[in-house]
Amino acid sequence: MDGRSLACALVSLLLAGCASFNPPQPWEKGDLAKPQMQFDHDPLAAKATEHVYTSKEGSSGGFGVGGGGCGCN
Amino acid sequence: MALAALAWSAYAFAVGAGDAAPGFALPAADGETVSLERLRGKVVYVDFWASWCGPCRRSFPWMNEMKARYGGNGLAIVAVNVDKKRADAARFLSQTPAEFTIVYDEQGATPAAYAVKGMPSSYLVDASGRIVAVEQGFRDEDRAAVEGRIRTTLGLQ
Repeated sequence: MDGRSLACALVSLLLAGCASFNPPQPWEKGDLAKPQMQFDHDPLAAKATEHVYTSKEGSSGGFGVGGGGCGCN
Repeated sequence: MALAALAWSAYAFAVGAGDAAPGFALPAADGETVSLERLRGKVVYVDFWASWCGPCRRSFPWMNEMKARYGGNGLAIVAVNVDKKRADAARFLSQTPAEFTIVYDEQGATPAAYAVKGMPSSYLVDASGRIVAVEQGFRDEDRAAVEGRIRTTLGLQ
């Protein structure tokens, strides 16, 4: 077996590992539901920050692009 | 390929209305085993819950109410806890008391058999062991509809 086919075999073996990945089932999400797993410290504060940011930076899109062009956002 | 087929099969065998309710025999807090087969003849409301699930907290007072209202008419409520740690469930239950049957399935075999798609999920099982309705999540605006289905299944209207 030459170097290339060996590398090929190794890579395909490596990729095969990806196939066995199973996302957690709905009843297995206890760890994901923990507060330390959230992006935001406080959901209410995050919402307020997002609201202010969107109104301040609306001309450049803010948090994503909103609306259908009516200019009412 | 085989794994993909396996993952797909979980969806293919999703349990829905009209199917026979997958049986289970799970331990309660006192060590007693509660089995669905032994509840045949009763209308059983099987609920899957966890301590980390927000809507579950709101569903408990409602299930207590249902138990109080229809327990005498042949309704049994079995809430299957899917927490990995029994202590988490105990903490939840100390804050949110339950007047109905709680059983524990740390391994998650029962929710897997029911192919639970979200937490909480509940399955209304009629006296012959057939699933009448599947409820995903707990929404305040659906309370009346679910209660109506319980009443109909009990033969009250």
